[in-house]
Amino acid sequence: MEPTFFETYIVPPLWMLGQSVLLLVLLLVTVAYILYADRKIFAAVQMRRGPNVVGPWGLLQSFADLLKFVIKEPIIPASANKGVFLLAPLVAGVLALSAWAVIPVADGWSVADPNLGLLFVFAISSLEVYGIIMGGWASNSKYPFLASLRSAAQMVSYEVSIGFVIITVLLCVGSLNLTEVVYAQKDGLGTMLGAPNSFLDWHWLALFPMFIIFFISAIAETNRPPFDLPEAESELVAGHMVEYSSTPFLLFFLGEFVAITLMCALTTLLFLGGWLPPVDIAPFNWVPGIVWFVLKGMFVFFCMAMVRSIVPRYRYDQLMRLGWKVFLPISLFMVFLTAFVLQFMGWA
Amino acid sequence: MGVVAVFFYLFASITVASAFMVIASRNPVHSVLFLILAFFNAAGLFMLTGAEFLALILIVVYVGAVAVLFLFVVMMLDVDFAELRQGFLQYLPIGGIIGLVLLIELVLVLGGLSISPEAASTAVQPIPDLAETSNIKAIGDLLYTRYIFFFQLAGLVLLVAMIGAIVLTLSHRPNVRRQDISVQVARDPKEAVVMHNVKPGEGI
Repeated sequence: MEPTFFETYIVPPLWMLGQSVLLLVLLLVTVAYILYADRKIFAAVQMRRGPNVVGPWGLLQSFADLLKFVIKEPIIPASANKGVFLLAPLVAGVLALSAWAVIPVADGWSVADPNLGLLFVFAISSLEVYGIIMGGWASNSKYPFLASLRSAAQMVSYEVSIGFVIITVLLCVGSLNLTEVVYAQKDGLGTMLGAPNSFLDWHWLALFPMFIIFFISAIAETNRPPFDLPEAESELVAGHMVEYSSTPFLLFFLGEFVAITLMCALTTLLFLGGWLPPVDIAPFNWVPGIVWFVLKGMFVFFCMAMVRSIVPRYRYDQLMRLGWKVFLPISLFMVFLTAFVLQFMGWA
Repeated sequence: MGVVAVFFYLFASITVASAFMVIASRNPVHSVLFLILAFFNAAGLFMLTGAEFLALILIVVYVGAVAVLFLFVVMMLDVDFAELRQGFLQYLPIGGIIGLVLLIELVLVLGGLSISPEAASTAVQPIPDLAETSNIKAIGDLLYTRYIFFFQLAGLVLLVAMIGAIVLTLSHRPNVRRQDISVQVARDPKEAVVMHNVKPGEGI
C-alpha cells in the first residue's frame, strides 16, 4: 500500500519531536545535576560542604537557582543594541542544545544519525562563539566587549586543534558517522595485545596524545577553568555576561553547561568507546549501553571538575601559546603520523 | 518532492533577502550578522542538493572562522556611518556592472546545462554515484588524485599569504624584554631563591 500523506509528512516529524523533547528534558535534568556535582566537587576539594540546604543534601539547589533566575527582572541597558542583545543568549542556548541531536547515547539511540555527524557537531561547536561575541558587543560596554574578544580568540584557537584531533579519529575510523566511530573501537590495539573487545581497544590508548589534547582543548573550548579567561572574576567581572540578568543570563549559563556535557559526550564517543562495555564478558555486557555511556561521560566530567578545582588559571598569553605553539604542531604531526602508520601498515 | 521544494524556496528567499540586507543595513555589525544568515541558508541549499560535506564545511570555515574575523574587525573599527554612505551613488554603476556580468555568466552556465543536459557527462571526471560512495570520499578521491597539483598549489598560495601577513606585522623591537618559556620552566629554586636568616629588628 502506498504510504499516505499522513504517514509520510505527519508521523515522522511528530515522532522526531517526541524524541527531541525527551532528549531535552533528560539533558536539562542532567545539566541541573552536573551543576550540582560541579559545585560539590569544587567544595569537597576545598574542604567545604557546598550546597546542602535546598532539598536532601542540597539536591534541589539547581532548581532553586533556576527559579531565582526566572523570577528576577530582566534588565536591558539603555544603550544596548536590543535585538542582538536578546538574540545572543538564544544563540548560545539553542546552538548548544542542537548539537545533541546527533549524539548517539546508545546503539541507535539518537534523534538523527547523519553520515557526517562528527562534522555536524564540530560545525555547531565552532558556532558557539557567536553567542559570546554578540552578547559582548550588544551590551555596549567595555568589560563585556573586551571579554568577548578574548573569548572569541580563545575558542577559535582551540577549535584548530580540536579539528586536527577529529581528523585523526576520522583517519582511524574511515567515517564521520558517530555510530561507526564507536563501532570502530570494538577492535583495535587491545585485540592485537590479546584482549579483544576490551577497554584497551578504545581510541584513548591508540591515540593517547590526541586524547589528552582533546580533553584540554575541550576545557578551553567550553571556557572552563583553568581557561575561563572570558569571565575571569578577578579582572573582567563576569565576562560577556556582565550586563545580563534573569532569563537571558540563565540561557547563557545553560548554553555553557550543555556545551560542557556535549564535550564530555564527544570525548566518550571519540576516545572512550561510547556505549561499549569496558570488558566484553558476562556481567558487564548485560548492562545496557546507555549506562556505560552515562558513566563514561560522568567520569570525563569528574576529571574536568577536578582540573577546575586543582589547576590555577592560565594567563592569556600562556593560553594562546599553548594553543598555537604546543597543541597545533603536536596535533598536526600526529595527523601525519597516523596517516603514515595507517597507510604503511595497511590498516587504512 | 513537495517538501524539498518548500525548503528550497524558504532557504533561497532568506538567502536573497539577507544578502540584500548585508548591503542595505546601516550598522556594519548587522551587515556581518546578515552575511552569516546568508551563509547558513546557502548551507541549507547545499544540504538539499545532497552536498552535506560542502554544507558543513561552509559553516565551519566561513561562519565559524572567517565571519568571526569579519565581526572582530568590524566591531573594533570606529566607523563613521555617514561617511561610509557618501560614495554610494558614485560607485553604483561599477557595482551594478559587476553584478550584471556575474548574473550573465551564471545564466550562461546554468542555461547551457539545461539546453544540453549531456554537457555534464562530457566533464573529465563524472560525478560519482552518491548511492555508492559518500560525499566526503568522492571529494577526497578527486582532490587527492586528479587535482592534487591544483590542490597543493592552492595550499601554497594560502601559505604564502599567511607568511606574508606575518612578515608584514612582525616587529622585533630591540629594547623590549621578551619571555622565554623554557628558561622560565627550567628555573630552579636552588638558584633563584636565597634564604636569609633575618634577625628581628635588624633587617638584612
